[in-house]
Amino acid sequence: MSDFLLELRSEEIPARMQAGARAELEKLFRRELDAAGISAGEITVWSTPRRLALIARRLPEATEAVSEELKGPPVGAPDQALEGFCRKAGVEKADLEIREVKGRETYFAIKNVPGRATKDLLAEAIPAIVRDFSWPKSMRWGAASISTESLRWVRPLSGIVALLGDDVVDCEVHGVTSGAVTLGHRFHHSGDITIGNAEDYAMKLRAGHVIVDHEERQDLIRSGAAKVASEAALKLVEDEGLVVENAGLTEWPIPLLGRFEEDFLEVPPETIQLTARVNQKYFVCEDDKGELANAFICTANIEAEDGGARVVDGNRKVLAARLSDARFFWDVDRKKTLAQHAKGLERITFHEKLGTVADKVDRVAKLADWLVFDAKAPNGDHKLARQAAELSKADLVTEMVGEFPELQGLMGGYYAKAEGLPLEVSEAIRDHYKPVGASDEVPTAPTTVAVSLADKLDNLLSFFRIGILPTGSKDPFALRRAALGYLRLVQANGLKLELDQVVHAWASQRVAGLPEKLGEFLLDRLAVQLRDEGVRHDYIQASRSWQGRPDMRVDRVESRARALTAFLGAEDGANLLAGYKRAANILKKEDWHGSEGEIARTGEEDPLALVDDPDMKAVIQAKMNERHAKELSYTPEPAEKALMDALESSEPAATRAIDAEDFSGAMAALASLRAPIDRFFDEVTVNADEENKRAHRLDLLARFRAAVHQVADFSRIEG
Amino acid sequence: MDRNPQNSFQDMILALHDFWSAQGCLILQPYDMRMGAGTFHTATTLRALGPEPWNAAFVQPCRRPTDGRYGENPNRLQHYYQYQVILKPSPPDIQDLYLKSLEVIGIDPLKHDIRFVEDDWESPTLGAWGLGWEVWCDGMEVTQFTYFQQMGGFDCKPVAGELTYGLERLAMYIQGVDNVYDLNFNGGTSSSNEAVGRERLVSYGDVFLENEKQMSKWNFEVAETGALFDLFNKAEAECRNALANEVPIAAYEQAVEASHIFNLLQARGVISVQERASYMGRVRDLARGSCEAHMAKEAPVWAEKYPEWSK
Repeated sequence: MSDFLLELRSEEIPARMQAGARAELEKLFRRELDAAGISAGEITVWSTPRRLALIARRLPEATEAVSEELKGPPVGAPDQALEGFCRKAGVEKADLEIREVKGRETYFAIKNVPGRATKDLLAEAIPAIVRDFSWPKSMRWGAASISTESLRWVRPLSGIVALLGDDVVDCEVHGVTSGAVTLGHRFHHSGDITIGNAEDYAMKLRAGHVIVDHEERQDLIRSGAAKVASEAALKLVEDEGLVVENAGLTEWPIPLLGRFEEDFLEVPPETIQLTARVNQKYFVCEDDKGELANAFICTANIEAEDGGARVVDGNRKVLAARLSDARFFWDVDRKKTLAQHAKGLERITFHEKLGTVADKVDRVAKLADWLVFDAKAPNGDHKLARQAAELSKADLVTEMVGEFPELQGLMGGYYAKAEGLPLEVSEAIRDHYKPVGASDEVPTAPTTVAVSLADKLDNLLSFFRIGILPTGSKDPFALRRAALGYLRLVQANGLKLELDQVVHAWASQRVAGLPEKLGEFLLDRLAVQLRDEGVRHDYIQASRSWQGRPDMRVDRVESRARALTAFLGAEDGANLLAGYKRAANILKKEDWHGSEGEIARTGEEDPLALVDDPDMKAVIQAKMNERHAKELSYTPEPAEKALMDALESSEPAATRAIDAEDFSGAMAALASLRAPIDRFFDEVTVNADEENKRAHRLDLLARFRAAVHQVADFSRIEG
Repeated sequence: MDRNPQNSFQDMILALHDFWSAQGCLILQPYDMRMGAGTFHTATTLRALGPEPWNAAFVQPCRRPTDGRYGENPNRLQHYYQYQVILKPSPPDIQDLYLKSLEVIGIDPLKHDIRFVEDDWESPTLGAWGLGWEVWCDGMEVTQFTYFQQMGGFDCKPVAGELTYGLERLAMYIQGVDNVYDLNFNGGTSSSNEAVGRERLVSYGDVFLENEKQMSKWNFEVAETGALFDLFNKAEAECRNALANEVPIAAYEQAVEASHIFNLLQARGVISVQERASYMGRVRDLARGSCEAHMAKEAPVWAEKYPEWSK
């Protein structure tokens, strides 16, 4: 048993790619071990900017010999068959063995595959790993790149260390030869480092000022940054992303704290934090009041002779230049009001077929106003909603957002506050892009909700209207995110919006098909959103029509689907569903459309699908009443009578509940049908010999089915 | 003569020349046209194509009209210098060579934190891209380091390494000044009126401040836009004329000209967002067309001299 060490050294690997590279290295290494028949034990993978390393513990010295038996033709078979078998098995005729199989003498070929030295197998595996390694972006380099067939790697691959136990595993990949020699820190160590084996690798690198374990470097940065902050009586603003990134940029990380001029703190703290983080990869700190302090923490890759004073000073200057830019933007931007900035939106194209951003803002403002004033969703001041919407995109043309697009919304909020606009307006401008991600908070302030909803609806409707919908993984205008944002706003605020009215208000006219398209898209997103909560896609399908048409209220579809999920999850519901399916099957088999033709054929597969239609409903109800009143020409069996009675009471109860949008109540009303329908199937013969009985019983099943459909379209439920 | 790169802008350039000359680079002079980056120099673009080894270093004045600040911003200029090194094929020790060049101009990597931070380069205009880094010195970007993968839409065979030093930034860093106009240009020691010869300190501002003021004004306010549009169209037409007559280098110059005129139009704010993409597309077509014509013209010669290249 020996431990194996592989180090692939390269010029600086982008920090963001290192985690993926570690996983890729382990995956490919395991693949090679599997193919070679070597069992893989514990594998450790490390990375620094300049190397990927893998240590596999306790590999066997060789694979075991394997003996393989192949059964051939029986003795006496034609020569051709025998020759064919020998060729296929790769053995000489003379080497075949003869054994008895079920009383027949049969040829056998015995193949002995000898075990192979692990070292030899690894020598083949390493080039395969390097060649097959997949990087997000890779490149060619050097003299060999005169051919495009030359090796591709993330940056030039400069060395390979491969040691099994104390021995070098000899191999070569595109001119890079394996050995035992590596390099230490780029500046703190000169000359070669010869590695003895996997055991001394990390230690020898440490002596060469390289901490090869990325997690150890992350720990050093985490604790070191916290320490320098606390030494300055400050608190580090933790940022795991920065920890990982800085660990990916250093082999010998030294966090250093510096100060910037206090005057810069007059600009919004987010801008300072953002420029420090994104442009310079610095941490920031807070004072004891939780306010941003005039300090930054950079992570150097050297232990400078002067304790890092020069490094800190250089970094301070760079940050100061960036903060001066930010302050300049902050000052310049505030010389104009947001309304003045908004004029600039007339010059920005929103989309070539959708006019300018100013046009978009007009639509959003109108819709936000309508949402509050007409739809009362949410309840608030429509004038504020309109004002906030009109100014919501003004910050896009400010210098600050031009430099830091991530600050859109936030800066608009600051500028609105600075010019003394009402708090509701500045908050709505600030938060109207929310919710952005699944974990982002959802606005609840009425003005914000109105602008946010209007913005998302305008995105969806504008692009749908010109025929742009997301396809597969492509969603360049983030319409899925807009739809999810809409859903979460509606959910968090309990809004009941009718999409057809929304579209009418948005377009100032009816746009055929658009409300349905929007509804369908939203319900698809709803299905994705609710999947984790166990609300099945087909339950949403079963809940999406209302009064015979696609339900224009997504909130209602949702509450119905949720009620259905609870109902079908319980015993009553599951049994009722079974009863429904049985009834529907019988009706389908009998092609039954009612004894008196009271329900006309509609050309739909299910003639009762349209019973929710208000006009039809009245007609049907009248006919039903008439028929119910009719004397039965025979005495119903007890189970038949019980079902009739149950329907008599549950139908109106379900209708009342549905009208009140109390779907749990409607389903509870249905639940009372469960026992009677079960009993009916147990005791009553539907296909009775007498035509009047058969007709009545089929009618009864149709009535049962209609009662169920009133609550939800059970025909859509799968399984 | 002793160089003093730590306190003289021109000595810093000369020290880089000395260094790269010693590495076998040709020391070329700037291209005599207005351009936005040293990459536009034919010693970079056209020489990045084809199999022939090519090692060159040169200073290229760059013009970025929209970066002008009337001489009022200590860090931004509409005219500045880049130092370009192009090494084809990229040598195995290119990073070490680069770091040595920093030491030559006075940056000690044990006192200053030097880092290679991912930064890939792409120029849609040139149909070119490469992978590499921006090199940080104590958090400041001082060099763009790129392995060219494609130029003019063609694979670079072999790959060239390109180093682009921002000379003013680097000098500001080395000299420890916060304002570009305060850079010591010549290493002079006295600002007094009586100082003469090498003693007399000439600052970057002495040389360029007035230039920045006037050119910013011209770029943003004065340049006659009708004439600029006209120049753009003429450059485009002339590029096509040159292409039709199989003189791709001349065609390429017109593409560079069109690119700069486009930048001026941008600075004048007369190109709308929609038009912008269309103008960029036109410049790209010219640049690519020139590269393609250059390839077509040279390919037979290259293929004959370097059989492995055409594979």
